[in-house]
Amino acid sequence: MTVKITIDGQSINAQAGDAIVDVAAENGVYIPTLCYVKGKPCLGTCRTCSVKVNGRVMSACTIPVTEGMEIDVNGAEITDMRKALVELLFAEGNHNCPSCEKSGRCELQATGYEVDMMVSRFPYRFTPRVVDHASATVWLERDRCIFCQRCVEFIRDKETNQKIFSIKGRGTHARIEINPTLANKMSAEQVREASDLCPVGCIIDKTQGFNDPIGKRKFEIKSIRARVLDTAAKNMTANQANSLNREHP
Amino acid sequence: MSDNSVTEIFSHELPATQWDPAKKAIEEAKIQVAMIGFCGCWGCHLSFLDMDEAMLSLLDKVTITRSSFTDLKRIPHHCTIGFIEGGIANDENIEVLEHYRENCDILISVGACAVWGGVPAMRNVVPLEECFREAYIDSPTAVPGAKKTIPYHEDIPKITTKVMPCHEVVKMDYFIPGCPPDGEAIFKVLDDLVNGREVDLPSDINRYD
Repeated sequence: MTVKITIDGQSINAQAGDAIVDVAAENGVYIPTLCYVKGKPCLGTCRTCSVKVNGRVMSACTIPVTEGMEIDVNGAEITDMRKALVELLFAEGNHNCPSCEKSGRCELQATGYEVDMMVSRFPYRFTPRVVDHASATVWLERDRCIFCQRCVEFIRDKETNQKIFSIKGRGTHARIEINPTLANKMSAEQVREASDLCPVGCIIDKTQGFNDPIGKRKFEIKSIRARVLDTAAKNMTANQANSLNREHP
Repeated sequence: MSDNSVTEIFSHELPATQWDPAKKAIEEAKIQVAMIGFCGCWGCHLSFLDMDEAMLSLLDKVTITRSSFTDLKRIPHHCTIGFIEGGIANDENIEVLEHYRENCDILISVGACAVWGGVPAMRNVVPLEECFREAYIDSPTAVPGAKKTIPYHEDIPKITTKVMPCHEVVKMDYFIPGCPPDGEAIFKVLDDLVNGREVDLPSDINRYD
């Protein structure tokens, strides 16, 4: 069913049930995300995609579009709120980009550039965190974890479907844990998948590192904004082709 | 151990070659920039030189007073722009940064160390005593047979417990992240300031590493 919504005043026809974040991207409006993975169940943990829906702040990845929604993405207040959320992440962990292997292909860093972050408005905390290197293939750099829970939900043991990563403790005591026994059963591809899925440099593949030279790294070749918008545009074209085929068999 | 009988002479008090008055007048009419590196590696200063020929367009409007390039040790008079590299790691850094704040209209944090502490701030997660112990007492590179001691003298700046970003000590007006920032990014900010535009560092040249 098609519904009519507006994004920043622009009228848009969208499929009811699609997430705001996808509808916006398909219409050329970039909303930054950190925990959301298209095609997977939404987690709603990072809140970086916060937008105003009919005046109320909501996360664009968890809310499906409905008839008459008025969505404010790029208003001054909500833009600054999203920027503050990203700045909080930088202040909370120890995000030392110059020494990080993920730099240049880190989604948090790329999102920082997109929200025009120069410095965090919050005091940097420098909390000591213990690195976990118990697994043979995965280096767990806890300084950088933003608790998005992508790895917790989407990286599982192939045989038993058990979780390999988990979050232990609550609040300021929360920390990401890895089950070394299950982690050591991961194939090289699954380790790569886990490290690529991590939006920061927390899950590091021990066998890889600094493969791409500066200037040729993922988000230097193409910004995260361009990647999100281009993928959405391609999906949209494919969907339109599909729906045309259905109408004229 | 202090020896107050020795008269201290600072380098800026030593006799220096006098400027040609005509040239001095031209330089003084320009926008004055003072530069300093605190706890950093001077890489941001080198990045400043990476502006290459772009710097020529600035030099008609800008002159550099105190800096490691000019070898001036004091800010000679009130400056418009202060270019600050490095984090704040000792009491001398605090004193000099405050001196810059008092003597510059605009202060810019340049590079990761000035912006949030950078590489020197990696010691922030380790107690200071442990840092000293590792550096001076249990150091694997200590001179064999030498007396192991943590240096302490009133002339040696006291190390702060944590490395602080500059904006936690004084108000900073602009920030250029990067380790180091590209010469292009430094040029963009300086060029905006010199030409009276609102400072804007676009996301495609903003870098944190």
